[in-house]
Amino acid sequence: MPLRPALLAAALLLAAGPALAETHVVDQANKKFSATELAVKAGDTVRFVNKDSITHNVYSQSPGNAFDVKTQKPGESSDVVLKSAGEVEVRCAIHPTMKLKVTVKD
Amino acid sequence: MAFARKFVTALLAATSLLCLTPAAPAADPAGPSLQAMKRDYARPTAVPFPADNPYTVEKVRLGQQLFFDPRLSGDNTRSCATCHNPALSWGDGLAKGIGTGGTLGRRSPTILNLAWAELLMWDGRKDSLEAQALGPIESGMEMNLALKDVVPKLEKVDGYRTAFALAFPGEGLTLANVAKAIATYERTVVSGTAPFDRWVAGEEGAISDGAKRGFRLFNTKGNCAACHSGWNLTDHSFHDIGLPDKDIGRAEHLPLPSMRHAFKTPTLRDVARRAPYMHDGSLPDLWAVVEHYDKGGTARPSLSPEMRPLRLTPQEKADLVAFMLTLTGEADPVTLPALPVPAQPAGF
Ligand code: HEC
Ligand code: HEC
Ligand SMILES: [Cu+2]
Repeated sequence: MPLRPALLAAALLLAAGPALAETHVVDQANKKFSATELAVKAGDTVRFVNKDSITHNVYSQSPGNAFDVKTQKPGESSDVVLKSAGEVEVRCAIHPTMKLKVTVKD
Repeated sequence: MAFARKFVTALLAATSLLCLTPAAPAADPAGPSLQAMKRDYARPTAVPFPADNPYTVEKVRLGQQLFFDPRLSGDNTRSCATCHNPALSWGDGLAKGIGTGGTLGRRSPTILNLAWAELLMWDGRKDSLEAQALGPIESGMEMNLALKDVVPKLEKVDGYRTAFALAFPGEGLTLANVAKAIATYERTVVSGTAPFDRWVAGEEGAISDGAKRGFRLFNTKGNCAACHSGWNLTDHSFHDIGLPDKDIGRAEHLPLPSMRHAFKTPTLRDVARRAPYMHDGSLPDLWAVVEHYDKGGTARPSLSPEMRPLRLTPQEKADLVAFMLTLTGEADPVTLPALPVPAQPAGF
């Protein structure tokens, strides 16, 4: 399985962020996330972009960072702010083979 | 466990079940796009087994006995194979399964090709074959044998004590090993090579022109491959395809709006042998299935955005059915195991 934490999501500086919160971009293409692991700081944003021609539904049930971006049509993107330190298991409700682990540090 | 599951690939003993490496593709009159579509459908050459329950011949033999043994039910009348019957493509041919407690809420799915599955059950509530295997045994609706009684009951059968000792050296007969043996056997249940596979491997005459048109429709206008993709004709995804019953499916376990009425996308391997169709057995044949997709399903907020009226012509409907008929494989006949019985002393 060559799925390494490669493909470090592009990190953009949020111009107005006083605490230097960053935005990390994760693509969904070919029914996969562009990364399998990601490290972020508490307060950072993860931007999920649907680059497929089908619908995805990214969510997490991890305590402290649970979210549901709901269905994303092709081309849509959604921002999620991860507030609490800890491990966040990110999944697609439609495609359970899509898995991403985000480590949020204080 | 499924989250961190590591697969090791072990060669299946019965390699005859599996198609060998496809031959070089023949020149395709329909152009390269059909050739590209075919590439996604090549069969794998080995079955994946998890690192924490690797393949052994002893486990498969034991698992097969357990799968076919009605003594795993409270009143000794029902085995796993009662509802997952190899003679009926590992289903039961009924719209809804019938167990010790009467008629179940959903149709019995096939257990073909589950070595490649991600989540199990129509609603995805189990995350491995090991985690699933004991459920039907203890269910009052299905086999109705309390889990605390399973090991004492099997221990009375000498052959089982020996078989567990061989399959699980140093551990023997435990509840966890009952599940591991059944799961290992289930992973060896793989659909046989079908005319479609021979066509993908380059044998142009293996399927009809209508079926080839149906395959193209399956991947284009019909949009079927948005969900039924890959050699197993499923990407293991969950969708509301607009069947009008009240069952909320996946949402019972994953309460998100998109998961209401969502069910697991089943394999279409050998599908012609498994009517009636869908989680509720509501569609009697493949024609009814194609009609359902042509209409696009019941409109409601959770309906998959991949579902829409297709406006298929009668010829296109026939082509899609012709394609699905080419997915029926030529698997070796399944031999039933002789079950171990308690030893009987000789003489009076
Ligand atoms: C009375 C009929 C019945 C019996 C007996 C039965 N099953 Fe099932 N099985 C079902 C039904 C119905 C489902 C689907 C239930 C659901 O999804 O809610 C199912 C689902 C499954 C699945 C999930 C398949 C998939 O594609 O996700 C597996 C695996 C399975 N059964 C294995 C077994 C095993 C192993 C046994 C014996 C220990 C067994 N079953 C006994 C009816 C039965
Ligand atoms: C949005 C995803 C999706 C699309 C698109 C789709 N399917 Fe399905 N298919 C499913 C799901 C999910 C089920 C099971 C639904 C249920 O039981 O509630 C299913 C069930 C089936 C079944 C019944 C299998 C069985 O064992 O019961 C057949 C046959 C089938 N689909 C064929 C097709 C064909 C042909 C097309 C294209 C015209 C198609 N599907 C398009 C997801 C999809
Ligand atoms: Cu997805």
